[in-house]
Amino acid sequence: MSAVNSLQSELESKISAANDLDALEKIRVEALGKKGAITALMSGLGGMQPEERKSFGAEINRLKDNVTRLLEDKFTTLKTGAIAARLQKEKLDMTLPVSTGQKGKIHPISQTVDEMIAIFADMGFTVAEGPDIEDDFHNFTALNFPPEHPARAMHDTFYLPDAEGEEGLAAKRLLRTHTSTVQVRTMKKQKPPIRIIIPGRTYRSDYDMTHTPMFHQLEGLVIDKNTHMGHLKGCLIDFCKAFFGVDELPTRFRPSFFPFTEPSAEMDIGCDRSGGGLKIGAGSGWLEILGCGMVHPNVLRNCGIDPEEYQGFAFGMGIERVAMLKYGIPDLRTFFEGDTRWLDHYGFDPLNRPNLATGL
Amino acid sequence: MKFTLSWLKEHLDTTADLDTVSKALTSVGLEVEGIDDRAKTYAPFKTAKVVSADKHPDADKLKVLMVDPGDGKLLQVVCGAPNARAGMVGVFAPEGSYIPGLDVTLKKSKIRGVESNGMMVSEREMKLSDEHNGIIDLPADTAIGIPMAPLFGLDDPTIEINLTPNRADCAGIRGIARDLAAKNIGTLKPLPAPAITPAFDTPIGVEIKDSKACPQFLGRLVKGVKNGPSPEWLQTRLKAIGLRPISVLVDITNYFTIGLNRPLHVFDADKIKGNIHVRLSKKGETLDALNDKSYMLEDGMTVVCDDSGVLGLGGIVGGTSTGVSETTTNVYIECAYFDPVRTAMTGRHLQIHSDARYRFERGIDPAFLNAGMELATQMIVDLCGGTPGTVINAGAPVQWQREITFNPDYTEKLAGIHLSHQEQHHVLLALGFAIDAHHMIPWKVVPPSWRPDIEGAADLVEEVTRIHGFDSIKPVSVKRDDMHFEGALSSDLKRRQDARRALAARGLNEAITWSFMKSDQAIGFEAQAMNDNKRQTLTLTNAISSEMDRMRPSILPNLLQAAQRNADRGFPNAALFEIGPVFTGTNPDEQFFAAAGIRHMAAGHRDWSSKDADRAVSAYDAKADAMAVLESCGMNASKVQITTDAPPYYHPGRSATIRQGKDVLGWFGELHPSALEALDVKGPACGFEVFLARIPQPKKSGSARPLLKPSAFQPISRDFAFIVDEDVAADSIIRSAAGVSRDLIERIDVFDVYAGKGMEPGKKSVAITVVLQPREKTLTDAEIEGLGKNIIKAVADKTGASLRA
Repeated sequence: MSAVNSLQSELESKISAANDLDALEKIRVEALGKKGAITALMSGLGGMQPEERKSFGAEINRLKDNVTRLLEDKFTTLKTGAIAARLQKEKLDMTLPVSTGQKGKIHPISQTVDEMIAIFADMGFTVAEGPDIEDDFHNFTALNFPPEHPARAMHDTFYLPDAEGEEGLAAKRLLRTHTSTVQVRTMKKQKPPIRIIIPGRTYRSDYDMTHTPMFHQLEGLVIDKNTHMGHLKGCLIDFCKAFFGVDELPTRFRPSFFPFTEPSAEMDIGCDRSGGGLKIGAGSGWLEILGCGMVHPNVLRNCGIDPEEYQGFAFGMGIERVAMLKYGIPDLRTFFEGDTRWLDHYGFDPLNRPNLATGL
Repeated sequence: MKFTLSWLKEHLDTTADLDTVSKALTSVGLEVEGIDDRAKTYAPFKTAKVVSADKHPDADKLKVLMVDPGDGKLLQVVCGAPNARAGMVGVFAPEGSYIPGLDVTLKKSKIRGVESNGMMVSEREMKLSDEHNGIIDLPADTAIGIPMAPLFGLDDPTIEINLTPNRADCAGIRGIARDLAAKNIGTLKPLPAPAITPAFDTPIGVEIKDSKACPQFLGRLVKGVKNGPSPEWLQTRLKAIGLRPISVLVDITNYFTIGLNRPLHVFDADKIKGNIHVRLSKKGETLDALNDKSYMLEDGMTVVCDDSGVLGLGGIVGGTSTGVSETTTNVYIECAYFDPVRTAMTGRHLQIHSDARYRFERGIDPAFLNAGMELATQMIVDLCGGTPGTVINAGAPVQWQREITFNPDYTEKLAGIHLSHQEQHHVLLALGFAIDAHHMIPWKVVPPSWRPDIEGAADLVEEVTRIHGFDSIKPVSVKRDDMHFEGALSSDLKRRQDARRALAARGLNEAITWSFMKSDQAIGFEAQAMNDNKRQTLTLTNAISSEMDRMRPSILPNLLQAAQRNADRGFPNAALFEIGPVFTGTNPDEQFFAAAGIRHMAAGHRDWSSKDADRAVSAYDAKADAMAVLESCGMNASKVQITTDAPPYYHPGRSATIRQGKDVLGWFGELHPSALEALDVKGPACGFEVFLARIPQPKKSGSARPLLKPSAFQPISRDFAFIVDEDVAADSIIRSAAGVSRDLIERIDVFDVYAGKGMEPGKKSVAITVVLQPREKTLTDAEIEGLGKNIIKAVADKTGASLRA
């Protein structure tokens, strides 16, 4: 057995026996370091005859390659083992609960208003707003409610003390009973064409199962030269289909009465009450959804718009009511209680911002 | 407004069935709210003959009947009624039928071992009356096997419509019939007024003192009448619509009220002293009314009086002093027109809801007094006998004739539907409108006397389209088209939307609470104290309760109380916000939107990963919420000024005002313990209020962003720990450090604040990290060291700080 062969078998058995990276490194230095055995053999080549050097050199190189490969393989094996051993010790209980960050909910009224805005914005409407505390002119007189007309009493108005320095109806301060007040404010300052929706708080002095002293309305107003009842129907049918997400939605317009529209109508949508629940869509029942009509010429006149030249439609709906219908919320009064269980249950994720692209 | 189908058919000649009538009513604007088709309810119940009645083998009080339901196939029925006997005819309820008075569906059963198939029923079981002493006992010659409904007058369906306040005419069944006739559901029957020949001069005169309150008053005496119960048909008719029959004279007035929208009043003429005077009441006068209540009158109510005093409230309710009774033999009929507005005011003031008021305040037909009087007289004479006197006619009919210029082509322009001139003409005539020379456009249209609601051309469009049907108007979509469109939202509204989402994302639930609150509690939440006069202007004069009688000056109290309610239910630690109005006055510029939020009790639940997750909420939580609102509105929150002068309902040492220049953007902090106590809220709690509209608008310059210029050099950070007096604001340390180099100092973070052990009393340590961002070249050690020295000096100069060793 040559010296090379015996060195190789010696190193092979040492590498194989090494059980950690430090021992392996020591073997590497003993073999390939400056003073290592293989290095020593290499340096002996200088004193040999060319022929001998050639054959012996090739033998040493083979030895060196073999040992290097063995060292690398062992290094990989030991390193992998060491990591595995460390990881084995680093185990954690992955079943422990973690917090994803506490997120609050958006109130159903806000979400519903945002949905409505998304639909009407797509039809070219902009959003208008106005004050909650109003005067008699904007809430009643301008809207063609004659003084002492029974329709005025139907509104169960909340009143504040009369304004100082004013008299009669002009002095009356009240909480708006509908957001039509903003229709008046808009018409008085903006020339047609007008295309607005008005969401907001409204107030009536009534508190029982189906009435709260404060509630929300969304009204709409379109004034130009040619808008007629066909547009009113089209606009509201399109709205209801988009809002309730029902393509085949039966609708019905019934003649009705509001002082500020002529003709006036109420809109019903189809529903199915069979089986105890309520499903919006085709069925045997009808559900009243909103009031609407062509703006009364007196209202236009009261707001400085010539009814001979301009006409248009208005509509209004209760936001709580449509939210209850759409989202299956049973009790109106619960909207305003701030019960966190209710808000968690019926509220909406803040990242869910209504838009037509995702559907409503 | 409730009526029966047969009553309708008294005015409408039609073969239409109930369903057709119902659909037509809704489609012309007389919305059907309910139909009670009692013939259907009672359809299973038919007359039957008891063939035999034997004692039950095992029960003394029960009998075993053999009943013939009309087909000769005898059925065995166990019955407990004492009057059950062989040969009687009664009403049989078969197996499977629903018994309305018991609210059960009959099943075949065994009673004490004997099989019973259906039952013989009592009036109470049929919900006809309270009679339950025995089963229904019909005359022996009654046919068997025939439906019970016609025998009991139950075959007349009742229809209830939701009458809109404009349709005074349809407060009478005849008005409804007229609409249906126009809709081609039959023809309106004529109603000729009979010619009454008076037998004497009515001796009781009428004087109208206020012709506005009562423009016209007709009176007539009928002598020698006999009052008593009404005939069966009249009683049945009134009962069907929920009116209690009283006596034939009173029932006749109700019959006219409901049928013809012609309210009448009948006096016992012998109780009238002298003549009738119609005048306005004086405060303090009283009336014992026929509804068994007494009323104290105010000035200016329309009263019908005799020489002795007030007899009744005109158009609302009569009085007991002259009411008719069984013994009345001379009756004085009142047929008048009372002013709608005054009637409404009086009725509302005295809270009297009568069928007469309902009609007079909407406006009855001013041209139907004479005919109404003749028809009523005829009916009284027919049913009560007697001889009529002359009609005393005081006053004159109100002026109702008016002419509307109407171009029938306007219908298509306004309603979007083409209706021929002929059809429109036909509909208007059917509704009682008069059109002179209809081949001349525009038409001159005179509305009928019973339609005070018709004012102009738009009303006529409604009349013709509602009768034709809104359903045939073709829908046309509204498209954005050429509408100028820069987005649908105002910047204010957009901010509210953004702030709402930001706050919810921070873990607060959005609440919506009342815009009002309790006035006592509101006072403590005025940011700037108001005087009582100002407070009064914000206090409702007709609040529903004292809990909600004042427009809120702040949203916080409502949120805090909601949080406490949650805690009381066992759900503590509420974090709530609301974006809504607050009120400092009644003018439009004194109502503005606030974003307000509160956190109550603990900041979170106990959690293994964070040792102080359940610490108490603090002013810093509220500050973070407030700053998040500012950031959501596009503002750099680090640029605002923080001053320690929040309103008094905040903790004076743990709250602050957020300012931008001279504008107050909002407040945040812990709530003052006394403020919480006043609301019965158990602390701790913190809150914030931000006034979104006051946040400055970011300068707009198109949608493009300025170019990003990232530095090529690495940022460096250096820590400094300063010892300062306890009351030195961290803000002044940060600002003086930042002032050293606006170019190089990228940001400053406070990473530690310490006071206590190891620190001199009255002192604290504030440690900051200053991040330097070189832009032109790498900084040398000397440059960094120089900057550090300048920072230490600047902070020391400003705050008296020393560097912590």
